Amino acid sequence: MMDTSNIPTGPRENPDFPEPVSPPITVVGPIAWLRANLFSSPLNSLLTILAALFLVWVIPPFLHWAFFGATWTFPQEVVDGVRNANRRDCASGGACWIFVRARIGQFLFGFYPMDERWRVILVFLLTFAAVAGMLIDRLPYKRLNALFLFAILPFLAFWLLYGGLGLEVVQTRLWGGFMLTLVISCVGIVLALPLGILLALGRRSALPVVHLLSVMVIEFVRGVPLITVLFMANVMLPLFLPPGTTIDPLLRILVGFTVFTGAYLAEVVRGGLQAIGRGQYEGAASLGLGYWAMMRLIILPQALRVSIPAIVNTINGSFMDTTLVAVVGLYDFLNIVRTGSRDGNWIGTEIDGFVFCAAIYWVCCFGMSRYSMFLERKLDTGHKKQ
Amino acid sequence: MTASASVETAPDFDAGVELMISLTDVHKWFGQFHVLKNINLSVHKGERIVVCGPSGSGKSTMIRCINRLEDHQRGKIVIDGIELTRDLKNIEKVRREVGMVFQHFNLFPHLTVLENLTLAPIWVRKMPKKEAVETAMHYLNRVRIPEQADKFPGQLSGGQQQRVAIARSLCMSPKVMLFDEPTSALDPEMIKEVLDVMVELARSGMTMICVTHEMGFARTVANRVIFMDRGEIIEQNEPEAFFNNPQSERTKLFLSQILHH
Repeated sequence: MMDTSNIPTGPRENPDFPEPVSPPITVVGPIAWLRANLFSSPLNSLLTILAALFLVWVIPPFLHWAFFGATWTFPQEVVDGVRNANRRDCASGGACWIFVRARIGQFLFGFYPMDERWRVILVFLLTFAAVAGMLIDRLPYKRLNALFLFAILPFLAFWLLYGGLGLEVVQTRLWGGFMLTLVISCVGIVLALPLGILLALGRRSALPVVHLLSVMVIEFVRGVPLITVLFMANVMLPLFLPPGTTIDPLLRILVGFTVFTGAYLAEVVRGGLQAIGRGQYEGAASLGLGYWAMMRLIILPQALRVSIPAIVNTINGSFMDTTLVAVVGLYDFLNIVRTGSRDGNWIGTEIDGFVFCAAIYWVCCFGMSRYSMFLERKLDTGHKKQ
Repeated sequence: MTASASVETAPDFDAGVELMISLTDVHKWFGQFHVLKNINLSVHKGERIVVCGPSGSGKSTMIRCINRLEDHQRGKIVIDGIELTRDLKNIEKVRREVGMVFQHFNLFPHLTVLENLTLAPIWVRKMPKKEAVETAMHYLNRVRIPEQADKFPGQLSGGQQQRVAIARSLCMSPKVMLFDEPTSALDPEMIKEVLDVMVELARSGMTMICVTHEMGFARTVANRVIFMDRGEIIEQNEPEAFFNNPQSERTKLFLSQILHH
């Protein structure tokens, strides 16, 4: 017969644990996390120690260089206007941020005339407001917003940036810096996405001519480096036009850049289209939907949703690729910062310039990445079984 | 009521009832594989046809040829007076009048149930949105799930999804409904709710062609059961005669395999 006198008759009546007790610190809490994630095996522990040593070796000197030992303020002589700033005003061993401060106008606007820079700022503000209006859910009037953004803003922005009709003309060879990078990437990417979709649909088409043309464009453009495409656009585009007409150099670059990005996006979209099961096509067809209605309402929304990571990846890459226009003589953001370092006053600031550029590019791309994650989460709610 | 398996004329229907679908000498190949051989079929308005047969017999392929999800290489298919050829206009006309329900539902996951239902009436029949929503709610009520209108397909059970799929096809007011194994992907307890909807649809006079293994359904509503094997129509008859007095050896073999449980 079992001795039942020691068996607890219920949770509250257990004599050893009359009250709930916290778990031991080796099971729950920060120490447990360290054990599980950083020190879970001898090899992991060794790697953790090596990584920690590496970080200790690298981070404090970098922080000193970038923040604590860096020069952020101009000396009194420069502030009073006695002379211009130069490299010798910076403490050695620290970043020379006054280089950035001194030349920030050029970094942002290139060689755009100082009196007309308000036009660039205005375009930037309008674009920012219109894009924010589209992207942020809570803001209303999305239809009007889209109309403004896609139908009105392009012409308005062009007029403001280029001039004519009352505004002084600013030739595109004077455009430069971050403004030029934004113009090339925004125009290029906004036009490349529909082009990519059309090329992807064309490649999947059953009509032989359409299919062949799409394949040729995609494979040719992708098989050639972007620099080559830009060179070709620069040299060859004028040949297609009647002799005597000139196309603006920036326009040629934009065409090359757009077609290149479009070809890459075409393959991304094609992957998304292939991921949509045949049943969706059949369901739509069986209801009597025509090709374009089916694509617009059923297939493309799903295909683009599925491709968001790859599309954002491509856009990210294209944004960085704008630096290549330096090879054809345009002064994009990176190029103009490097040019600044070649000025007699600022020899030796190459590294400071690169770090500044890297930080700005990183902020832009991080922003794109966060937005893409937000977009994925938002669009996923319809699919998840709850 | 004769027991003979007549190929051209359908029992119970006289020549005066409108001919809805006619397949004449239809052949189809997938590459070298001859998947449909000499199919001759006439379906009159209001008829309910059940097509059964072993896997690979071509029954799904045959009904998919009717709304041109598959194309036939020889023979003639005429639906409600429109001949099915490569002409896109004819194909779209036919698809407006022929509804289809698939084994795997094929609902649009990025749209709500209501949007799934109103999409085709708005964009194909050019119905104003208000009217399309009314029609959609009417059919959602008919399949007995009006409360699911604002949910996404992923949130519904299989039986509910299939009923939404049926309602979606009905919103286009088709003249013919095709069912391609509508209950084969469902859990057993959900099969009944879908079959009930199909029975009610049949009783309301809809012309239906149904590929299914549910022989109980065939006995309840079918005018004609067609047995297909290896791409040919082997036998067709009224349900009672078909099940109790199969003529061909292959039919007998098939029935013995599926009816014993």
